[in-house]
Amino acid sequence: MPPAFEIRQQIDHIYRSDSRRVLATLIRLLGDFDRAEEAMHDAFMAALDAWARDGIPDNPRAWLISTGRFKAIDAIRRAARFDAAKAAHAGQLDTSVLPPGLIEDTTGDVEDDRLRLIFTCCHPALTADARIALTLREVCGLGTEAIARAFLVSAPTVAQRIVRAKGKIRDARIPYQVPGREDLPDRLDAVLHVVYLVFNEGYSASSGDAIVRHDLCDEAIRLGRLLVDLLPEPEAMGLLALMLLHDARRHARTAPGGDLRLLDEQDRSLWNRPQIAEGLALVERALYSRRFGPYTLQAAIAAVHAEAADAAATDWRQIVGIYDVLMRVEPSPVAALNRAVAVAMRDGAAAGLALIDAILGRGDLADYGPAHAARADLCRRLGRREEAAAAYARALELTHQAPERRFLERRIREIAGEP
Amino acid sequence: MRYLCLIYDDESKWGTMPKAEVDAMMGEYFAFTEGVKHSGHYVGGEALQPTQTATSVRVRNGKISATDGPFAETKEQLGGYYLINAKDLNDAIQVAAKIPAARIGTVEIRPIMEFN
Repeated sequence: MPPAFEIRQQIDHIYRSDSRRVLATLIRLLGDFDRAEEAMHDAFMAALDAWARDGIPDNPRAWLISTGRFKAIDAIRRAARFDAAKAAHAGQLDTSVLPPGLIEDTTGDVEDDRLRLIFTCCHPALTADARIALTLREVCGLGTEAIARAFLVSAPTVAQRIVRAKGKIRDARIPYQVPGREDLPDRLDAVLHVVYLVFNEGYSASSGDAIVRHDLCDEAIRLGRLLVDLLPEPEAMGLLALMLLHDARRHARTAPGGDLRLLDEQDRSLWNRPQIAEGLALVERALYSRRFGPYTLQAAIAAVHAEAADAAATDWRQIVGIYDVLMRVEPSPVAALNRAVAVAMRDGAAAGLALIDAILGRGDLADYGPAHAARADLCRRLGRREEAAAAYARALELTHQAPERRFLERRIREIAGEP
Repeated sequence: MRYLCLIYDDESKWGTMPKAEVDAMMGEYFAFTEGVKHSGHYVGGEALQPTQTATSVRVRNGKISATDGPFAETKEQLGGYYLINAKDLNDAIQVAAKIPAARIGTVEIRPIMEFN
């Protein structure tokens, strides 16, 4: 028999790899998030004793699910002694108990449970903040404190969002199910959007000292992989590809002092090549399906950058072409801005500046820092120093992120210092 | 589970709509009501007279005060409701989405509090 600490280590490992799957199935069996969480913890506690005594079972996950369910039934029975109303519930659980054989071979079902959990956490009837917090908590297993740190809100705020969301799931009866074919595209969009927001907050933190929060990027990529495994829809692949390709530049993107390095200043030998290869393969699969959308198109743009040996070799003609498609599929002021920057690279700064001025003229991005920074950059390249300085100053006013602020301040100094 | 579907829309629109459009809308409501009766979702439902007929009542210190108008002035007003029976929120959303006013106004779904 292996020594106790070794069992403990193995249980820790199983907790990390399987606790979310166990939880997802227990939520289905018990019909309640909190009860399922308690049952899962009880099951892991029970495993510490039982596995040290009897060894680790052949199928630890099935053991944990079955133990968790019985622990929950016990708990409900104990409570029922004080509350006749709950006795009926314990009875229901007993009759809904699946034969043990079924549990031991429910790999397919268990994966479905994970999807059920994702779709429930990202239900459109929950607020956007709640969807993110609940997904990170229940699907990724992040603690309330970690979520609070990542989004720069207080832990009680996060806890309250999660409690409210669980309350709504229970009281308004948000079902624990994967949506049917008819609803799937819209509901999958909602899920992808949550993953995208988590990644974005990690990749380009909206405020704070660090430009990138790698832990959030990692969680978003993990979620993206899970979705592609469970539901290989083109846009799920597109989003995963987009995240992989951007995250591949992680080490090249910040200078030693924590400063931001733009794409054209990055040392491309620092890019994560295996991750780029994985991203490129996913983009290709998604494009090949011909059912792709905005995530795949954005990934395709990232792919063009990834394929360029250096900044000068970037195929801007192709990038503008993909932005044209993106603007047809999902027009947005930010996409228009990015397209304008690409046009500036293809046709010259003046052409890009005309487009940006038109966008700003419509008032769409008047308070969007990157729009003013892009305008400033094109003015600078055209030698229009005063305009450039004013636009950099406006961008600086709108930016709350320390490394980005330092970058803009550097530009302002450079312009002032130029003869 | 029972849900109350509260129908909010801009009631002033009804006055400016051509008669043919009003008739078409009424026809849609009729068809919707028949549909949810047939599917077993329907428990009850009524249309309300406009907010100009509303009276808000409060009792303070034992004294009744009745004032003209709805509780809150909003861009969209409560114009009617359906009480439905639905399997879960997704089912209720599917039903509510078919209420004609969902296309021009808002339908708020509220689960009914069940007291044992």
